[in-house]
Amino acid sequence: MVSLKELKKGLLTSLWFVFLTFPIIVIKVDPIQRTVIWRWQNALYMALGTFGIYLLVKYYQHRKENQPSRPKNTEQTESFLHGILQKPLQRKILVGVVATIAVLFPHFFSTYQTNVMTTALMYVVLGLGLNIVVGLAGLLDLGFVAFYAVGAYTYALLNLHFGLGFWTVLPIGGLIAAMFGVLLGFPVLRLRGDYLAIVTLGFGEIIRLILENWGKFSKGPSGISNISRPGFLGMEFSLEQSILYTYYLMILFVIITIFVVNRLQDSRLGRAWIALREDEIACQAMGIDKRKTKLVAFSLGAFWAGIVGVMFAAKTTFINPASFTFLESAIILSIVVLGGMGSIIGVVFGALILILMPEYLRALSEYRMLAFGGILVCMMIFRPQGLISNIRRTYRFEKKPQ
Amino acid sequence: MKQSILQVTGLTMDFGGIRALNSLDLDVKSGEIVALIGPNGAGKTTFFNCITGIYTPTAGDIFLTPPDSSKKISLKGLKPNQVTEKGLARTFQNIRLFAKMTVLENVMIGRHCRTKAFVFGAIFRTAATRKEEKSIIETSYAILEKLGLAEFANEFADNLPYGAQRRLEIARALATEPLLLLLDEPAAGMNPQETIALDKLIKKISLDGQAILLIEHDMQLVMSLSDRIFVMDYGKKIAQGTPAEIRENPVVIKAYLGEEVDA
Ligand SMILES: Nc1ncnc2c1ncn2[C@@H]1O[C@H](COP(=O)(O)OP(=O)(O)O)[C@@H](O)[C@H]1O
Ligand SMILES: [Mg+2]
Repeated sequence: MVSLKELKKGLLTSLWFVFLTFPIIVIKVDPIQRTVIWRWQNALYMALGTFGIYLLVKYYQHRKENQPSRPKNTEQTESFLHGILQKPLQRKILVGVVATIAVLFPHFFSTYQTNVMTTALMYVVLGLGLNIVVGLAGLLDLGFVAFYAVGAYTYALLNLHFGLGFWTVLPIGGLIAAMFGVLLGFPVLRLRGDYLAIVTLGFGEIIRLILENWGKFSKGPSGISNISRPGFLGMEFSLEQSILYTYYLMILFVIITIFVVNRLQDSRLGRAWIALREDEIACQAMGIDKRKTKLVAFSLGAFWAGIVGVMFAAKTTFINPASFTFLESAIILSIVVLGGMGSIIGVVFGALILILMPEYLRALSEYRMLAFGGILVCMMIFRPQGLISNIRRTYRFEKKPQ
Repeated sequence: MKQSILQVTGLTMDFGGIRALNSLDLDVKSGEIVALIGPNGAGKTTFFNCITGIYTPTAGDIFLTPPDSSKKISLKGLKPNQVTEKGLARTFQNIRLFAKMTVLENVMIGRHCRTKAFVFGAIFRTAATRKEEKSIIETSYAILEKLGLAEFANEFADNLPYGAQRRLEIARALATEPLLLLLDEPAAGMNPQETIALDKLIKKISLDGQAILLIEHDMQLVMSLSDRIFVMDYGKKIAQGTPAEIRENPVVIKAYLGEEVDA
C-alpha cells in the first residue's frame, strides 16, 4: 500500500518538522539557573508523531482516490447536518435546541464567557457579510475590515461630536459602510482574482492609515474612548447588565442577518451573484449587468460590516486603528473559507470555531496557537470545501405545467 | 418579403495588426435559419463576439429590428447584457455553463433580463416577487421540458453528459426570449446520434418562428438546416446563398478543400 518512496518522503517530512520545532521543543533555557536543558526525547516524539500523521494522511488520500466513484448526483458530500435540515420536524427541533442554548448561555456561563460569545457572534455577522462578497459573488476581498472600521468610527465620531446614540447611528453606520463598499467597488469592477485581492487589501490598509494619521479627524493611534454603550429606552445599565444586553442584541442581529442573507441568496439577485462567480462572460451574455450586480454585492457585504462596526464600538467603548489591521480581514476570510464558501450554516460554525477555539484552547497554554494552526491545516486537507458546504436549492415538480 | 431582424454592415475587427473581420455584411430575416461557415480561424466566433458586445468592433454597424416595429436599434457600443436585453442571445463554442448551479438554475439565469426583483423584493419577498419567482421557475422548467432536459433539472450542470450540456446552453439562451438565437458550433464534439437529435431540436425551435444564426462545421447539419448560408475565410465574406448554390460554388469548394472531410 505504501511505497518505499512515500516512506522516504514521510521520513524527510518528519525530520523537517523536528528541525523546525527544534528550538521550542528540545532546547529549554533556564535564565535563572543559567542552564540549557536538551530534551532530546521530545525530538523523538515529534518525529514519530509527524511520521504517524503523515502516514495517516497518505492512507486517507489513498482511500479517497480508490473509492468506487459514487453516483453523480451525490457528488456533493451531503453531511449529517444537511440531512437534519431537510426534514421539517428535525429542523424545528434543532432550531429549538440552538435557540434554548443561545438564550440560556449567559445564565450558565460567566460574564467573561458571555462577552467572548458576543465577540464570536459579531464575527458570525461579519462572516455572513463577507460571504456575500466572497462566497456568493466570488469577489476575493482582503480589505473587508475597512468597512468594519468605517462603521465603528462612524459611531465613535458621531457619538463624540454630536452625542448621537447607538440606535440612531446603527443604520447610519451601515449605510455609510455600504457607500464605501460602492466607492471601493467602482475602481475594481474590472479586476478579478489576485488583482482584486491586492487592490482590496490596499484599500483596507489605506483606511487604517488614514485613521492612524489624520489625527484631527480620528484622534490618531490613541483612539476614541468613552463611547456610549447601547441603550434601551434611556434605561441605565450596570456593566454586567450591559454585557447581557449586548449579548442578546447580537443574537438578534445574527438572526436578522441569517434571515436576510438567506433570502438574498435565494433570490434572483443571489442567483446572479453565483452565476457571476461561476463565469463572468457567460453571465453578461445572459443579460446580467455585471457592474450593478457586483456593486450591490460589495455594498450589501459592507453594510453588515458597518453594522457590526457600530456594535463593536458600542461594546468596547474604546476604539483605535489597531483593531482594524489586515489580520482582522484575514480572520473573517478564514471564517468564510473554513466554514464553507456560500454556506450560511458553514459560516456560522466557522465563526464560532475560529473565535471560540483559541479561547478554549487556553488549557494548552503556550501550544495554543500551534494547535489552532494545526487544526486549520487539517481542516483544509480533509475538507477543502469547508466544514459545511453549500447545497443548492432543488425544486420539485409534482404537477406538470400545462 | 420577410423583414430583416439583424443587419450587419461593414463589420471590421482588428486585433493589433491582425484583421480578424474585414468589412463583413450579413443579414438575418425573421424566422430564418442562417448558417455562417468557414475554416477554423476564419473569424466566425469573433463575429459573434462583436455583435454581442463582448468585443467592440473597429468599424461597421449592427442593427436589430424587432419584428413588430420598423425601428432599427443600433447594437454598436452596447454592453453584452444590454445586447441580450435587446434580443440577441448566444451559446458558446467552448461550453460556458454555470457549473456549480443546477440545470434549472442555469436556465433561470437566462430569465434575469426579463424580470426585475431586486434587493427590496428579495428581502421582503413581496407578493410581486413571489409571483415573478414562480413564473421564472415555470418558464424555465417549460424550456427544459421542450429541450428534453427536464429529467436533469436538479443536477449540477457539470454533471450532465456532453450533448445535454450543449442543449442546456441553448435552453439558457432561449430563456432570454431572443429575437435572434446565435449558436456557436452547437454540434462540436457530438457523436452522430447526438448530432441527429440536435438537428431535430433546432428545427423544432425554428418551427416556433425563432430566427437562428448558426456557426457550424458539420456540413450535413448546415445543409439540412439552413435557409441561407454565409461563407467566410480570413475574416472576409467569400460567398453567400442557398445551400444548393453554396454546394456548387467553386470559391467555397476551394476554401474548404480537405476541410470538410473531418467535420
Ligand atoms: N481576443 C483576441 N485577440 C487576438 N486575436 C484574436 C482574438 N480573438 C480572435 N482572434 C483571432 O481572430 C481570428 C479568428 O478567430 P475565431 O473568430 O475564433 O475563428 P473561428 O471561430 O472562425 O474559428 C484568429 O486568427 C484568432 O487568432
Ligand atoms: Mg470559433
